[in-house]
Amino acid sequence: MKAFTYERADTPAAAAAALAAKPGAKLIAGGTNLLDLMKLQIETPTHLVDINRLGLDRIEAQPDGGLRIGALVRNTDLAADTRVRRDYAVLSRALLAGASGQLRNKATTAGNLLQRTRCPYFYDTTKPCNKRNPGAGCAALQGFNRNLAIMATSEQCIATHPSDMAVAMRLLDAKVETVQASGATRTIPIADFHKLPGSTPHIETALARDEVITSVTLPAPLGGRHIYRKVRDRASYAFALISVAAVVQPDGRGRYAFGGLAHKPWRVEAAESNRDAKSIADAVLSGARTTSQNAFKTTLVARTLASVINEARA
Amino acid sequence: MNEHETDPVDRMRRGVLAGGLVTVAGTMTPFIDAHGAPSEAVDPLDHLAPPTASVTIKVNGQTQTLTLDTRTTLLDALREHLKFTGTKKGCDHGQCGACTVTVNGRRINSCLTLAVMHDGDEVVTIEGLGTPAKLHPMQAAFIKHDGYQCGYCTAGQICSAVAVLDEIKRGIPSHVSADLVAPSTISADEIRERMSGNLCRCGAYANILDAIQEVAGTGRTTPAETKA
Repeated sequence: MKAFTYERADTPAAAAAALAAKPGAKLIAGGTNLLDLMKLQIETPTHLVDINRLGLDRIEAQPDGGLRIGALVRNTDLAADTRVRRDYAVLSRALLAGASGQLRNKATTAGNLLQRTRCPYFYDTTKPCNKRNPGAGCAALQGFNRNLAIMATSEQCIATHPSDMAVAMRLLDAKVETVQASGATRTIPIADFHKLPGSTPHIETALARDEVITSVTLPAPLGGRHIYRKVRDRASYAFALISVAAVVQPDGRGRYAFGGLAHKPWRVEAAESNRDAKSIADAVLSGARTTSQNAFKTTLVARTLASVINEARA
Repeated sequence: MNEHETDPVDRMRRGVLAGGLVTVAGTMTPFIDAHGAPSEAVDPLDHLAPPTASVTIKVNGQTQTLTLDTRTTLLDALREHLKFTGTKKGCDHGQCGACTVTVNGRRINSCLTLAVMHDGDEVVTIEGLGTPAKLHPMQAAFIKHDGYQCGYCTAGQICSAVAVLDEIKRGIPSHVSADLVAPSTISADEIRERMSGNLCRCGAYANILDAIQEVAGTGRTTPAETKA
C-alpha cells in the first residue's frame, strides 16, 4: 500500500472540500473495496478522508411514501430494515445475495454504488487496462472474458459493474443525492449515475471530483411481486454471472433490471411493454456483443428471466 | 523517462515527513508542519517517513492507544502491535474470513479496515471470547465436534459463528431465508449461507456446522463418529 495522510470529516460539505483541496484525496467509508485495491496499488490515494462519522446512517420515511437511505447505511442494516423487507423486497434480496456477512456489515450504500469492476485484467497490474491506465489497451478483449459484459461494450472496455444492490436500485428508479465543495446539491437519477465505457472507461460515474453522495432515495413502493435471482458459479459469496431483478404486478406488467451484463446495471424500459419472457429478453439483449466465452449469457438471461416471470405469476 | 519522477506518491515515500505526528481529531484538522504553518505551505513531496496517526481502541476490554503508520490495518494492529495473534491473516483481501473479529458487536474482516478508522471502537478477538480455562461455548463446541484440522481458519470461524447466531437472534435475514419478513430459523442451510465468508481449506465444514448447531440448540450434541 502506498503511504497516505488521513483525516476525518465531520460534515458532507467538509468531506467535499477536502476532496477539492487535495488532488490525490479519496473518501473512505466501509473501505472493503478501496483497501483491497490500495493493497494491490490499483488505487493509490495520497490522502484519505474518513467519512464514517458523518451521521448519514439513517433510513427515513419520505412525504411521498418513499425512503431516504443515508449514504453510510451499511448493507446489512439496509437489507434488514423492516420497511425495505416489506416494501422493497427486491432490494433486500439483492443486498443479501452479495458478498459475505462480514462485508455487508461494513460496506455502505454509497460505497456499493461506487465499487469498481472485478474484471481480472483491472486487477492484474501486469496487463493493460484502459480503466486503470487510460490508453493502455484492454487485455480482456482477447483474454479470459467468460464473466465480462455483453451489452454496450466498447473496444476500450468490456468490464461489468459488480454490484447486486445497484441492479435493484436501478429497477426501483432510485435517485442519488450529492453535495459538492461549492455547497451545491443535486439529485442524479440512478439511470444516469453509472456511465457506459465508451472511450473513457476510467470515468465510471456522473460524480464530479469534489462531489459526495449524501443519500439514495427510493420512490413510493411499487407493490407487486419482488424477485432477485442471481446466477453464479457457487451458491454463495460469488459475483453474478448474470442476475435478474424483477417487480411483477398481478396484471402481468413488470419491470426488469439485469446484473452481469454491462458496465452499469442494465435495464431497457422499452422492453417492459412486452408480457412474455422471450420478447422481453430479445428486447433487453438487442445489440448484444458476445465473445466465444461469454455468449452463454444471452441464453442464461432468457432462461432465468422466463423462470423469474413464471415464479412471479405463480 | 523515469516514471518515478512523475509519481507523487513514490516521491512522497522518499521525502521527509515535515509534520511529524498526524493528529486524529474529531474535526477536520489541517496538518501542521514543524513551524506551525499549515502543511499546504510545505511541499508534500518532502515527506520521508510515512504519515502516522494515533488511535485509541478497546480490545478485549482493555483500552489501547497506538501511534500507527496510517496504512496499518486493524488486523495488523491486533497481531503485530498488540500481539493478539489468535486472529489470523489468510488472504488479506476479505475473501477468506480468517481475520474475522467483532467491532462494536458486529463481525467484520479486520484485514479490510484501517486501524485509525476505529478510534473509540470496541474490538473482540478470539482471545476475548474465552480462555483455555474458561472456553466460550462456541470454542468448546468446535473442540468437541472437531471443527477444524490445521486450525488456521478456526479463530475466524468461531468469531463469525458467534456473530451469526447473534445476527439471527437480532432478526437479520439471509439470502436463503424463505420469508423476508418472518424471523429466520437456525437451519443448516441458514448457517451454511451465513458462514460462507469463512473458508476452510481443510474442509472441516460438516463438523463446523455441527458445532454451531449444538450451540444454537438445534443440532446433535454428540460428535459424528465416522468423520476423519
